[in-house]
Amino acid sequence: MTTVQTGIQPISTSRRVKDRVVQALVYLAFAIAVVPLLSVLWLVVKNGLARFDLEFLTHSMRNIGARDAGGGAYHAIIGTLEQVLLASLIAVPIGLLTAVYLVEYGAGGRLARWISFFVDVMTGVPSVVSGLFVLAFWVLALGMPFSGFAGAMALSILMMPVVVRSAEEMLRLVPNDLREASYALGVPKWRTIVKVVLPTAFTGIVTGVMLAVARVAGETAPLLLTVFFTDSINNDPFSGPQMGLPLYVFDQAGRPTDTAIDRAWTGALTLILIVMLLNLVARLIAWWRSPAKRG
Amino acid sequence: MAKQIEVAGLDAYYGAHKAIEDITMTIEPRTVTAFIGPSGCGKSTFLRTLNRMHEVVPGARVEGKVRLEDQDLYGPDVDPVSVRRTIGMVFQRPNPFPTMSIYDNVAAGLRLNGRFSRSELDGIVESSLKGANLWNEVKDRLNKPGSGLSGGQQQRLCIARAIAVRPQVLLMDEPCSALDPISTLAIEDLISSLKQDYTIVIVTHNMQQAARVSDKTAFFNLAGQGQPGKLIEMDDTSRIFTNPGQKATEDYITGRFG
Amino acid sequence: MRRSAFRRSRGDVPFRVASIGAGIVLLAIMAAIGVFLVVKAIPALQANTSNFLTEKIWTPNATEPKFGIAALAFGTVLGSFLALIIATPVAIGVALFISHYAPRRLAAVLGYVVDLLAAVPSVVYGLWGVAFLVPFMRGPSEFLNTYFAWIPLFGGDQVVGKSMLTASIVLAIMILPIIAAISREVFLQAPKMQEEAALALGATRWEMIRMSVLPFGRPGIISAAMLGLGRAMGETIAVALILPATFGISFQILGPNGNSIAANIANGFGEATTIGRGALIASGLVLFLITLVVNMGARLIIARRKEFARAA
Repeated sequence: MTTVQTGIQPISTSRRVKDRVVQALVYLAFAIAVVPLLSVLWLVVKNGLARFDLEFLTHSMRNIGARDAGGGAYHAIIGTLEQVLLASLIAVPIGLLTAVYLVEYGAGGRLARWISFFVDVMTGVPSVVSGLFVLAFWVLALGMPFSGFAGAMALSILMMPVVVRSAEEMLRLVPNDLREASYALGVPKWRTIVKVVLPTAFTGIVTGVMLAVARVAGETAPLLLTVFFTDSINNDPFSGPQMGLPLYVFDQAGRPTDTAIDRAWTGALTLILIVMLLNLVARLIAWWRSPAKRG
Repeated sequence: MAKQIEVAGLDAYYGAHKAIEDITMTIEPRTVTAFIGPSGCGKSTFLRTLNRMHEVVPGARVEGKVRLEDQDLYGPDVDPVSVRRTIGMVFQRPNPFPTMSIYDNVAAGLRLNGRFSRSELDGIVESSLKGANLWNEVKDRLNKPGSGLSGGQQQRLCIARAIAVRPQVLLMDEPCSALDPISTLAIEDLISSLKQDYTIVIVTHNMQQAARVSDKTAFFNLAGQGQPGKLIEMDDTSRIFTNPGQKATEDYITGRFG
Repeated sequence: MRRSAFRRSRGDVPFRVASIGAGIVLLAIMAAIGVFLVVKAIPALQANTSNFLTEKIWTPNATEPKFGIAALAFGTVLGSFLALIIATPVAIGVALFISHYAPRRLAAVLGYVVDLLAAVPSVVYGLWGVAFLVPFMRGPSEFLNTYFAWIPLFGGDQVVGKSMLTASIVLAIMILPIIAAISREVFLQAPKMQEEAALALGATRWEMIRMSVLPFGRPGIISAAMLGLGRAMGETIAVALILPATFGISFQILGPNGNSIAANIANGFGEATTIGRGALIASGLVLFLITLVVNMGARLIIARRKEFARAA
């Protein structure tokens, strides 16, 4: 036995030192993380602003060689917006309904366990593999052309597990009391889900969806294999090669001239702005719908 | 081991909100002191100022003095960590560490504070579990997670964990409010036997419980919503429950409000 | 739930069927990924004149196609594990900083910053890597090679900026926000009850974290790291822009070595013939399988802890 203590004994120096050292390491970790990220943002803004002009936003790269100045990413911006929108239209309903199944209907059942397991597996599907799949299935097996829609399919595969997981998590946070209160009033299960459960989880689901959108909006590899390249404007995502903003950045970054590199930086800046805008909109929606604000 | 606590002119805040005001009292060693009063009167907050757990909440702070015998707990060179090491606490809901076994839960505090041989640890774990009236129920499954126990057993495990480090005071924040009547009875019996070694302070909503287990009772009240809680009176439990000095105490005891 | 005396609400059945259907579509997609990758890889594998698993060279477009996954798979695994080793400790530190160290007002803002950083597209990191990090890394790489060559990883005669190390650092930066964001969420959910239990026993902040936050968060950290590893392995564009695209196996991460399955797909797709595309699909299948194994391994680790993890 240790000696009986007779008052408030200070803790040992080694414990105090350990506590301080860990604190220092934690602060250091944050600094280490922030430095490269600030560097990325700083360089993107600094180098991107050089060409961030009206021409860039309203013109395509048609008839513009690697060495030429000018040119823009209008075709790529249109492509990205259409592809991401289509991908969301595919992925969000499937993902949301799957989450509803996992939480409200399947809970604990064998099918639910399988689905849940494969959602995890799907989370780990590399983006390039989803591109290869659409290439193998849509283009090579079915003989369909490269198109924005093919790209959207590849992106939707990446979105689905993210949507399922975040929606599932949010649905599970909805207190059971709410469901039971609704059942007790004689409201059928599906209306309970639509009118009580989903609205309660709405904020979290929107945030999850927007994070999924933000993730796929920047994906390059699936597009590379499915929408192909074009320097021209193609407003129709269902026919013919399209461009995407990430693809545009990759393409320009691979060309060894300063004008192309400038365009790559500006493309990167535009891409980041779009992604951040999506984020901001998501937060605003979340804030606007939040129960706290409505009182 | 048991020590006396003296509190003088103590205020506690959550941010700008003053939760309790100007509390002065003396808590005797080797007695059970009960804090009673309506919800929101600050009795739990006050309890948490006694081992500096109050300031764990972001924005919370304390003004005034708390002395353990001759030491000021809020003195400039006093480390809150060592205060908490000296003044143990049991919470409203049982909170064993879910990833630790029963044994490791009891040994958790000891392992922080120094090196013990396996046999020393075994001895302290056994005596603490015995002290908490839990030994016979768990001695065959010390290596199972503590979260597998019933609520009442978990709470006694938390008491064993708290007394394993040999604190000088034991604070209990409504320790039975999440338990069924049988478990509550077990804990109350335990409190009576623990008071031979410890200074015990218990917050309770249950006036019968206060009457059953405590020697002294302190009644807290607040003037109205948003007002700070205050100590109305403190006296021998028998006196508070039969012949209180204040009208408000009598009203509360007899169930006229709260 | 079935109460035969009362009529079921009309909407219930369709809604239920739709939700099951969505789940089944998801399963079907996963199955289809495996099936179509296999189907489209087979002709190329049959045309291959060397061993796909052991061959290092990648010349599927030649009249006598020769291609193998060995060098690519090696580079993929090496690069992403290096990235994970670099990123995970920092990410846990960042997560703890936001959840338990930073002042509360600041923490909300910093948490938002980490969220935003997770949204920076990979191609942007790739661009930054090529334009800034590759030249920047020459100095530190020379230093490591001069003084730490006795560690095999830092050995070798040639030191370049476009190296495995540079690629791994970019990968680490890319996966860091994901690991940090998920870990932070988990740490924030650590039950306050147990944190207070630890503090009340006289634990310092670090001891409290070690006793109640980290054990609670461990499955979360593992799944976060798993997501990070999967993303690092599948990461294509940043690696394609940085790595020198050689076909050899070397542990010397400072030299002009290294390639990855995903980067090779991006670099090789443009000029691929039919056999070439099939070969790339075959390599993608391997990548798919590797990430599958990683995922399942991580799942098993989590499942084994369930007895404890569930309790929380």
